[in-house]
Amino acid sequence: MAQLTPVLTANWGDDKPWTLEGYTASGGYAALRQSLGMDAGDLVSMVKASGLRGRGGAGFPTGMKWGFLPAPDGGPRYLVVNADESEPGTCKDIPLMLANPHVLVEGVAITSYAIGCHHAFIYVRGEVVHVYRRLLKAVADAYAAGHLGKNIHGSGFDLDVTVHAGAGAYICGEETALLDSLEGRRGQPRLKPPFPAVAGLYARPTVVNNVESIASVPAIVTGGADWFTSMGTEKSAGHGIFSLSGHVTRPGQYEAPLGITLRELLEMAGGVREGHELKFWTPGGSSTPIFTAEHLDVPLDYESVGAAGSMLGTRALQIFDETTSVVRAVARWTDFYAHESCGKCTPCREGTYWLKQVLHRLEAGDGEEGDIDTLLDVCDNILGRAFCALGDGATSPITSAIKYFREEFEAGMHTPASELFPPNRSALFDYTPRRTGAAAGVVPA
Amino acid sequence: MSGFTADVRTRLDDDAAQIVARYPEARSALLPLLHLVQSEEGFISRNGIEFCAQTLGLSTADVSAVATFYSQYKRRPNGEYTVGVCTNTLCAIMGGDEIFATLAERLGVGHDETTPDGTITLERIECNAACDYAPVMMINWEFFDNQTPESASDVVDRLLAGEKVGPSRGANDVASFKQVSRVLAGFDDGRADEGVAAGAPSLVGLEIAKEHGWKAPSLDGSDDAAATTPEPGGTPGDQAEPDTGEEQSSADRQPTTPQDTDPTTKTSADKTSAETKDDAAGASGEGTKES
Repeated sequence: MAQLTPVLTANWGDDKPWTLEGYTASGGYAALRQSLGMDAGDLVSMVKASGLRGRGGAGFPTGMKWGFLPAPDGGPRYLVVNADESEPGTCKDIPLMLANPHVLVEGVAITSYAIGCHHAFIYVRGEVVHVYRRLLKAVADAYAAGHLGKNIHGSGFDLDVTVHAGAGAYICGEETALLDSLEGRRGQPRLKPPFPAVAGLYARPTVVNNVESIASVPAIVTGGADWFTSMGTEKSAGHGIFSLSGHVTRPGQYEAPLGITLRELLEMAGGVREGHELKFWTPGGSSTPIFTAEHLDVPLDYESVGAAGSMLGTRALQIFDETTSVVRAVARWTDFYAHESCGKCTPCREGTYWLKQVLHRLEAGDGEEGDIDTLLDVCDNILGRAFCALGDGATSPITSAIKYFREEFEAGMHTPASELFPPNRSALFDYTPRRTGAAAGVVPA
Repeated sequence: MSGFTADVRTRLDDDAAQIVARYPEARSALLPLLHLVQSEEGFISRNGIEFCAQTLGLSTADVSAVATFYSQYKRRPNGEYTVGVCTNTLCAIMGGDEIFATLAERLGVGHDETTPDGTITLERIECNAACDYAPVMMINWEFFDNQTPESASDVVDRLLAGEKVGPSRGANDVASFKQVSRVLAGFDDGRADEGVAAGAPSLVGLEIAKEHGWKAPSLDGSDDAAATTPEPGGTPGDQAEPDTGEEQSSADRQPTTPQDTDPTTKTSADKTSAETKDDAAGASGEGTKES
């Protein structure tokens, strides 16, 4: 039977774990001192050997990303932490930074030393002001303790860290859009190549890593690569935070080895809410194709989820029971993608607009003959035709939902989703349904 | 000149100098500068745009293009409190739609509209990374977790009555829109130590691990803390712990490839395949968005 392996979450229940004192009391910043005594190249090799892969969704090997930086040319190189957590369903980095910001700061210091960076940035979304306060204070306290700044702990290594607040734009979670945003521009993705490793922030070599990836580094330094690979699977090593939400008895954060299954996690979480059964779920946020009850035993690692037709993504397990209209769910995700499309690429900008129109009429029971084919056709014209993964992500919920629940989309030609699946039955509180309007789940276009 | 009075301008210039100093290139200061001017006027005014443009040597068109891209920058005077109800899929289905409808009815305003007294701007917001606390409401970007129509109405009523309200996770009470905008410009208001570390859902996995005596493998390699799996019906922690590599120890994983038994074989072949796979995924656009 699978077990949980709290590492990043281990101190969240302590007294004031976000303070420098709290973090240091639980062994914090020992890994930084250890790292500063090591050769930078050995640190990169260690993280490569650990098999740590990006925890922000794409799963690219972290150490390899660091290794892609060109040889030092005397100019600056940057580390940028992607703390713009906003993929629907994803809710791991925000609680991590609220409870334990210093593990991220320590990871930033170690990583910067490993890659030869002297100015690192943490780009946190602007819609979480208390998380931003805790990060600002953690960085200030780390400076005061000599963990950041000039000649850190007598090593001769200098590092400045700037915590930067975004201003509300999902697209800035895409690494090149994030870099444009950090340069003071509209957050729009860049055409790759060149990749950020070659021409990133200010066109200089840059590593962009997710919060959880960087926060995993201190324990890898302390425990060693073998410690990390003792958890997880061969190609998906280590621990990761799995976020359960929705129609589940005990929603929350479960830190476990990669490769655990939803069946195992649900058992720990007390199952789907009482009296109900699983209908569909996302393995890694709304941009990953949905799964159903037939996927309960798919190991949640990069390879197995991919082989089953979806993506591990951010391990954002949004659970929906049989009361939920899949058409309503997909229509709302599509509203989101249409709202958040940055407008740079025509297939995404125009395609999400039309997907939204068609899905709204299906949700209202006013669908027209051929609407399902239109949806699939538009998706086909977006997929792979935009600069970044937002366009692709917009198609995932639609194509996967039609694959598993086509009959519900067909029902949208004659019956409103709110009749087939009264929204009050899905809500987590009791209320008397309204006759029309927003409570029926219809957003004005 | 920007339209600010001389003393306001002097104060903003001082703040702006501190912001610009945080970055290797000045233009990076634009987002925090926009938060700063919003903290002065409660929205991004023409004055604010001119100030940012003059500070950074940009055109007002450049600044406007950026200001209009991001949803937190307001083009009209905002209420003292932004009440945001998450109506992205998960929160909407868990009850967010009903909460929004209740508040819209109570306040007599719709999305991105402000009550006549200037107290509350109501918004539908997108996923705010608190799905395990659904349905979620944000007030000036502080978390109000596990809401119902009644709890949300109660909070809103208190705001209308001029009372302070406290979030589930955040500062002791919610600061004003202008004050929060100043924090987002990077000026610490000294409130980081207020509030909790985590709510119950953030801790649920940790609690379950403690109940069962589960831990990650120990970092010093001794593995004396290696977790045991209780037999069905057994009491957690009442069994002898296995040694490393023994059955049910943390290292109990069946070898599936040569690399599992001989680490030295974990070489370029592995990396190349992973790299190719990821490149292929990137090229066909199958990577998910970093979030």
